[in-house]
Amino acid sequence: MSNGAETETREASRTSAAGNEQDRRGGIRLSVNPSQAGEQPRRPEGPIKLSVRNLNFYYGEFRALQDITLNIPEHKVTAFIGPSGCGKSTLLRSFNRIYELYPNQRAEGEVLLDGQNVLDRRQDLNRLRARIGMVFQKPTPFPMSVYDNIAFGVRLYERLSTAKMNDRVEWALRKAALWDEVKDKLKQSGHGISGGQQQRLCIARAIAIMPDIVLLDEPTSALDPISTQYIEELIHELKSDYTIVIVTHNMQQAARVSDYTAFMYLGELIEYGDTDTIFTNPAKRQTEDYITGRYG
Amino acid sequence: MDKLHLTHHISQQFNEELEDLRNRVLTMGGVVEHQIAEATRALVDANGRLGEEIARSDYRVNSMEVAIDEEATRILARRQPAASDLRLIISIIKTITDLERIGDEAEKIARLAAQLAEIDRPAQGYVELEHLAGTVRKMLHEALDAFARLDAEAALRVARTDNRVDHMYDSIARQSITFMMEDPRTIRRALDTMWCARALERIGDHASNICEYVIFLVGGKDVRHTTIEQMEEVVGAERAARGEAREESGEAE
Repeated sequence: MSNGAETETREASRTSAAGNEQDRRGGIRLSVNPSQAGEQPRRPEGPIKLSVRNLNFYYGEFRALQDITLNIPEHKVTAFIGPSGCGKSTLLRSFNRIYELYPNQRAEGEVLLDGQNVLDRRQDLNRLRARIGMVFQKPTPFPMSVYDNIAFGVRLYERLSTAKMNDRVEWALRKAALWDEVKDKLKQSGHGISGGQQQRLCIARAIAIMPDIVLLDEPTSALDPISTQYIEELIHELKSDYTIVIVTHNMQQAARVSDYTAFMYLGELIEYGDTDTIFTNPAKRQTEDYITGRYG
Repeated sequence: MDKLHLTHHISQQFNEELEDLRNRVLTMGGVVEHQIAEATRALVDANGRLGEEIARSDYRVNSMEVAIDEEATRILARRQPAASDLRLIISIIKTITDLERIGDEAEKIARLAAQLAEIDRPAQGYVELEHLAGTVRKMLHEALDAFARLDAEAALRVARTDNRVDHMYDSIARQSITFMMEDPRTIRRALDTMWCARALERIGDHASNICEYVIFLVGGKDVRHTTIEQMEEVVGAERAARGEAREESGEAE
């Protein structure tokens, strides 16, 4: 930039009658309120959908989660990040008790869904899983047609007329941004579409039963970048209707899609707060080292 | 020294890129400091040739700015830096803009020095300007030092000096006005003196801007357009947070 008139005016407006510190700096207050200086990243605001209280998780004798406490806000995207084995998937899997499919796995503590403890033995698992849908790392379409992939889950919970079922399937496929691509292939096998489409089919299947929460466990790690962007766009679309929790190894993905980010390490929740702060100015050294690719 | 652990990336190549970029900013700062020193020397020694030479060499600073900008853009695109790495790149992009402007001011002073060398000098020479130039050069030097050492407290100390620079400028301006009123034949010289003082005062402003970027880089809080008291609060909070973090991890200073 040259030292032309442009610089003159810009400087003149900044440096009014030189001298008085107050005059020069006091005029505009665009930046942060310094009383917030050095404070932790902001905790979730607004209604809380899922509240985790002192959660411990055991694989046999091994304690994989250490006293986790955090709140998942409603209609927001919350991301869990951390190195392999840090417990982020374990935490996600405790939300809908899917771990109970395996022997020797148990959770202690509370996971409150709208105030009700999910971990309570009296909790009806079918009802619970209707409220909390899940999508896995690898696309897992059922070995049936695209249409039936979606209708199958719905039939477990609701009895719908054919016309209503058709509407529901179309609605879910549209919601998952897949309708235009598969509307002529509804009778084809769910395995006959591309990996990215299969994953969106799984998301459509999860939302077809109209859950409150959608859990995504590494939903794009097996997909190409274009399909990944479709899924990310979809996550953004879905959050107005659902509460979304995503586990991802891809930090840029967490930064792109989430409102809140939790960083976990060795089964502990190290830092949790708004994604903007976590990715620009985390409070904890461990978080910083992880997201910037430093060794501790 | 390396408070932000800039050289602790798993990627050795990334470490080197950031280190190289930081060094280039410091080199550019060194060149700009030299420009101010030489322009001031041309003024004080009434060396018109030196003044013109310095005014012509501003292109070097400009091309360094462009090169550093390109490298910073490349790192943003390829590495997608986060947290302190991101703040480092942002601070660098802003710092070099201020350094380039300081270069422009030094060029102005050098041109004025060449003009002033042609006319009668005041009896006591240009001591006030020399003094002001010394102060802002020291500010710039210490601001760059604070940047190199990632020292928010030092940056705050430098930013505080800016007040003094503003007063010195005021006093030179008043003095020049007195000269002009007393003897209209000195108007040209008095005006040029005032322009010089103005350029130096702005260098002080740019140096405090750089200090604000250092505070942002280290503490993560944007302190532009705040008062010195608010900046002190931010730096104090950052110091406290660092103390806590050290206690937690059981590290010694």
